[in-house]
Amino acid sequence: MTPSLPLLEVENLVVNFYTRGGVVQASRGVSFQVGHGETLGIVGESGSGKTVAVQAVMGLISSPGRIEGGDIRFNGRSLVDPAGRKYVRQVRGKEISMIFQDPMTSLNPVFTIGTQITEVLCHHMSMDKGPARLRAMELLELVDINAPKKRLGQYPHELSGGMRQRVMIAIALACEPRLIIADEPTTALDVTVQAQILELLSDLQARLNVSVILITHDLGVVAQLCHRVAVMYAGRIIEVGDADRVFADPVHPYTRGLIRATPSLEDVTERMVSIEGVPPDLIRPPAGCAFSPRCDQVKEGCRRHQSLTPIGEDRHVRCWCAAQGKVPPAEPALVGKGPRP
Amino acid sequence: MGIFIFKRLIHGLIVILGVTLIVFVVTRMVGDPVKVMLPLESTQEQRDAFKKQLGLDRPIPVQLVNFLKDIARLDFGDSLWQKRPAMEIVFEKLPLTLALTAVGVGLACVFAIPLGIISALRPGGALDRLTVFGSLLGLSMPQFWMGLLFILLFAVQLRILPTSGSATPSHIILPALTMALPTLARLVMLVRSSMIDELNQPYVKTAFARGLPFVRVVGGHALKNAGLPIMTLIGWEVIRSLAGYSVVVETVFAWPGIGLTAIQAIEREDLILIQAIVFTAAISVVLINIAMDFIYKLIDPRLKLT
Amino acid sequence: MTKTKANDLEQALSRSRYEWVDKLKELGRELRRDTAGFIGVVLITALVLMAVFAPLISPHDPTEQDLTARLVPPVWYEKGSWGHVFGTDHLGRDILSRAIHGSRVSLWVGVSVVSLAGGFGVVMGLLAGYLGGRTDAFIMRWVDTQVAFPGLLLALIILAVIGPSLTTVVLVLSLNGWMVYGRMTRSAVLAIRQSPYVEAAEVVGCRWPRIIFRHILPNLTSSLLTLGILEFARIVLAEAALSFLGLGIQPPATSWGLDVSMGKNYMFMAWWLVTIPGCAIGITVLAINLVASWLRLISDPQEREKQFARHMAGSMRKAMVLKAETERRQP
Repeated sequence: MTPSLPLLEVENLVVNFYTRGGVVQASRGVSFQVGHGETLGIVGESGSGKTVAVQAVMGLISSPGRIEGGDIRFNGRSLVDPAGRKYVRQVRGKEISMIFQDPMTSLNPVFTIGTQITEVLCHHMSMDKGPARLRAMELLELVDINAPKKRLGQYPHELSGGMRQRVMIAIALACEPRLIIADEPTTALDVTVQAQILELLSDLQARLNVSVILITHDLGVVAQLCHRVAVMYAGRIIEVGDADRVFADPVHPYTRGLIRATPSLEDVTERMVSIEGVPPDLIRPPAGCAFSPRCDQVKEGCRRHQSLTPIGEDRHVRCWCAAQGKVPPAEPALVGKGPRP
Repeated sequence: MGIFIFKRLIHGLIVILGVTLIVFVVTRMVGDPVKVMLPLESTQEQRDAFKKQLGLDRPIPVQLVNFLKDIARLDFGDSLWQKRPAMEIVFEKLPLTLALTAVGVGLACVFAIPLGIISALRPGGALDRLTVFGSLLGLSMPQFWMGLLFILLFAVQLRILPTSGSATPSHIILPALTMALPTLARLVMLVRSSMIDELNQPYVKTAFARGLPFVRVVGGHALKNAGLPIMTLIGWEVIRSLAGYSVVVETVFAWPGIGLTAIQAIEREDLILIQAIVFTAAISVVLINIAMDFIYKLIDPRLKLT
Repeated sequence: MTKTKANDLEQALSRSRYEWVDKLKELGRELRRDTAGFIGVVLITALVLMAVFAPLISPHDPTEQDLTARLVPPVWYEKGSWGHVFGTDHLGRDILSRAIHGSRVSLWVGVSVVSLAGGFGVVMGLLAGYLGGRTDAFIMRWVDTQVAFPGLLLALIILAVIGPSLTTVVLVLSLNGWMVYGRMTRSAVLAIRQSPYVEAAEVVGCRWPRIIFRHILPNLTSSLLTLGILEFARIVLAEAALSFLGLGIQPPATSWGLDVSMGKNYMFMAWWLVTIPGCAIGITVLAINLVASWLRLISDPQEREKQFARHMAGSMRKAMVLKAETERRQP
């Protein structure tokens, strides 16, 4: 592990979608890093830009969307500059692989499982059909699929949802990648299957020492599996840091709200708590802190631009109040002018 | 599988029986075959003799039974025009229509599939708009008229291609081209729209995420999924051609297939030959339909043959 | 109380009328954006007017023969004259007048076949989809069987035996073409039947004719309209082909297909004999196809969105950059 160079760095990523209703600013300057062997959880509501950010990493943003700013570096090499666009095609599927939300539609319905695993091996590892089949069987065993030989000849519609997601994971692991991006890998599955898939993921992560980005709405999953967590809101990261510490001591009012809104099994008498209001319109995002319209501690300073401010070792938050109260302002020009709380 | 073939064959029989009934009704009950076939000045004796020869003097149900027997034996009697077995004529002409259909539809596929895919890659782009407009134009021109224009251009102005008959292999070029153009237009539109649909499916994104090369994702993954509607249309075009639409092209270029023969038989009021042709067409359509179902199953494993 | 209610009602009514007008205006605006669709609509309107006022606008009687002026070339040739803009045929009849009158047959056959076949097919599809069970099985078997018929050959025989005329052409083409409507209506009915609002109507106790006419048919109109227009184009071509083969419209009536077939024999001396009526068919069908593809485009919101993204992305990006710059200048 070289602490100086993280495996993946995303810096000020700007992604816009050009629609009839206007320009949707799906990602408004997202920055995060993933270290070697680390699991980063990205949480946030639907539409907060989680998926867009990781699809940008994979070079999968397509029309009407566009990457319009910022940089993504994998092992120090850019994936978005002109040379990077070529580089990303070599890297994806081989060094970075992705597990998608819906295993029902993510596998090609008219190819057998075997073909879909071996084609990746043949392409990236230049393997022949025979060895590739053997390796495919190994991979299916690795993800705990019984009777792997039989499965190779089956089509996706002949497998259950959980089984298909295991196949997706097997394909993702095929070329021994260094980073796996799992985009809500359990959302479309039954609750019992969800637990199995997550367990499999964390087990593989530990065994193979890969880095993982796990996108989810489920804070419980993040607490259980992730080393670090990034909370996204309205196309920006609003809080990022060590998972345990963020959960123990959330700083941003939105993070606090999210944690409060998670029902806990210990306290069944508790009523469900929700965050008042609705997420902002990303065509016309509010100036300053995007959460301010819903925030119960809103101050005048919140209307100004907020930057991600460090508030301790490996912890950053994008909140005016927090920046005022806890640490000296990082950008005096932007903070400081407002009234002291 | 066995049940499937059985069901299909039963349906095929129903189709053929349906055609039988219609031809029977039209030729015997609505029209008077004798009046159609014999010259106006023929005497009553001649008419009666002719009726007897065709079995038309018997009651209608007996006629129907005899008619069905003829069909079962594939023997419709001698053509009134050529004075030889009608099925013999049909078997002589059928290969020519099959050749024309094969070359025409084949030509259409060769151009339509790549063109449709390329258009689907950038919908709304310059090439796509050109393709869409071109195929709209191709769909709008009457086929017989296109054939005549080809004759004017290639045979009269440029004098490079023969325009009528089937004497040499080069005789097939113009009729096949005329046959291909409307098919090409329909096929391009379909390939384009189904490829656009498929390229927007999640599995295409996954395939790209796996780092598979562009050609493999588009030409392998997406195209195979789009294969079902495309094969349906190709089969449909073959059926159309055999079900009588080749008549137009064959007439324009005097291509002596079953279409031209059908028109000649109609002109000469040779009902026996017409019957033979219609039944051959019906049987070909039924057989192609059954074959298509098997091709569907090959393309899409999710389909159940029922 | 009642007075205010009546007022409310009136207001609601007037509002709905405005909405209707708005919708039409929106459609117009949409049309102006799509040049191809616009051209199609203009051409069809012109064709319909031409067919309706054919006797008034055609310079000659289409059947009037003039053996002294046979095969006169179009006006731009040296031998041509303004008397016969597109020249004359082998009997000295004015080509332009025949082309104008030919539109009547094409459009009339198209309209009658589409309404006959469409009407029958929709009724059959509604019955099959709504009643289900044996009715459905029977109707769909019938459709399957008829679809597998060698349609055109049967049509040719029927025409040959009964004798070709305008009526028989319309009947034969209608009998041959109702199945598409039936299939489409049935599948749409099956889909709509399961939607909550139809289930709600059933629970409330609506009778099925009411459900069909008030709830299901209105939802089918846009797809039926597109299908009908496409079929119209196909029918115009089919009539032309039948007339060309000599089994459609019979002389002395005029039809574009018939004119091409008659001009065929003189094609090498006088190309305009086949080209002018052929162009007339082509333009008519093209116009119909343009309108159909425009209709399909505007009835599909997803496709509309994509179309928009393609055309507007560039200019919107520029506008955004501009806005960002002005904001930076005046903080």
